[in-house]
Amino acid sequence: MNYEEDLYKEIILENYRSKKNKGAIEGASFHAEGANPSCGDDLELFLSVNNGVIERITYDGIGCSICCAGANLLCEALTGRSFEEALGIVAQFKGMLLEEQEPDFDDAISDLEAMQGVKKYPVRIKCALLAWNTVEGILNDAK
Amino acid sequence: MRSSVSVDKTLTRSGLDIAKIREDFPNLGRSMRGKSFVYLDNGATSLKPRQVIESEVRYYEEYCANIHRGVYEFSEIATEEYDSIRAKVAHFIGAPADGHVIFTRGTTESVNVVMNGWGRKNIGAGDVILISEIEHHANYVTWQQLAQEKGARLEFIPALPDGSFDLNNLDALFDMPVKFVAVTAMSNVTGYKPDLKTIIDTAHRHGVPVLVDAAQYASHHTVNVAELDCDFLCFSGHKMCGPTGIGVLYGRESLLEEMDPFMYGGDMVVRVKRDTSSFKPLPERFEAGTPNIAGVMGLGAAVDYLQGIGMEAIAEHEQHLIEYTLMRAAEFPDLISYGPADHSSRGAIFSFNLGDVHSHDVGSILDQEGIAVRTGFHCAQPIMRLFGIPGTVRASMYLYNDIDDIDMLFTGLDKVRGIFNR
Repeated sequence: MNYEEDLYKEIILENYRSKKNKGAIEGASFHAEGANPSCGDDLELFLSVNNGVIERITYDGIGCSICCAGANLLCEALTGRSFEEALGIVAQFKGMLLEEQEPDFDDAISDLEAMQGVKKYPVRIKCALLAWNTVEGILNDAK
Repeated sequence: MRSSVSVDKTLTRSGLDIAKIREDFPNLGRSMRGKSFVYLDNGATSLKPRQVIESEVRYYEEYCANIHRGVYEFSEIATEEYDSIRAKVAHFIGAPADGHVIFTRGTTESVNVVMNGWGRKNIGAGDVILISEIEHHANYVTWQQLAQEKGARLEFIPALPDGSFDLNNLDALFDMPVKFVAVTAMSNVTGYKPDLKTIIDTAHRHGVPVLVDAAQYASHHTVNVAELDCDFLCFSGHKMCGPTGIGVLYGRESLLEEMDPFMYGGDMVVRVKRDTSSFKPLPERFEAGTPNIAGVMGLGAAVDYLQGIGMEAIAEHEQHLIEYTLMRAAEFPDLISYGPADHSSRGAIFSFNLGDVHSHDVGSILDQEGIAVRTGFHCAQPIMRLFGIPGTVRASMYLYNDIDDIDMLFTGLDKVRGIFNR
């Protein structure tokens, strides 16, 4: 596959352009910032949590297409999940990009597999993972 | 593909035979990502001509020995070579008799030597260090940290929205207790070349010394420190066809004499007693330990190489490239370029953004087309704040770039648009 299919496939560009999960949550239960200083990716994540379940999750900030697509996919995938479920998805997503793990996401979140092609471009992996590392920090701190 | 009929393109108005120059640079014959390699990241580092690579190899293969200490022939040759390159570099920058060339690891170390040796001694609470918002972090963070340590304060030469300086009220800035001025000779983001003479003359009228960061400037232009009358000038070998890990600090003798060395150790002492030591004269006092000897050999070869081509011709060729680039850029209505519109105050650095596409995406797509550019904030966050942006794409040119390279850059930008506008 060439880079247009790996990095700039339609599903990634759609997630990059989507505004559905963009913006702050007023009075969020959790909030954290993440940055990749070398490339200027700079994101904030907002989680609103009720009874141990993530009811809504949004991101705000500036990032490249891979970074923003990764963040939007994260918001889609973790909404409605318990912390434990969320950590499981984060581990699987990171395993897909950082290790040799073949992804096996539920059908409902199989869009996450679209990011697998990023693995071939080592400098972009940190873009894809910025939101994921940030949410992992929130979830681990909250445990 | 490089165009085959390119006589009028490679033989530019500077008279340089770019096709012939390109043959000196082994990297330029390579391909990247399966495409012919287009190198437009010269602001980060330059490619190295064979002559420079060979000079380092020659030192290692033929007369590898430490300097200033061996009594045997090869050490003598190495020492003579090392000292003659110091004189060569002094000549290259037009150093006056009361100035010294000190070898460092690079511009960053050169600035730090001055901050440590002059700054720590002479700057105190309430003093002002005058810098600018267009500085590279090397010439920004260094002074910011000294200001924090001493309770001094940073002030800035006023910058206009295009990143050039407003020098109209320069004199009034010295109503503040300014103790030191540190300023770039050429912005690594916009290529803007400030009117250094005015800044230096004004500072000197107020008795304030000036350090010039020439990391971007020295590789493209004739430098004459005697004419400029600056007190310190810093630059790196690797941006001017030389090796990495070698740089220069030029300093005025009267100021160097009152400075403490940055590092202590061998090769900089005359006599070591139980509790005290005495130190060598300038410039060796500032070169503790075994220096980067091979790097100095490479730097000497780089100076020879550049002077063989001619700094004036290089500057003229690059002026042609940046004018052509800005002309092509005008064909892209969604392209925003940064820096002064006046070509004459600019080196060959082209910083831009394409629509709302993040610079990292532009750089990634160009990379896939075999084109190397830099993306992000280029170690210069203050100027990004001035422009109100997180980063830019930067194409920076050098003597071996030609019109084909620029055309390929814009073909690559068409590709970026194709991907993001579909």
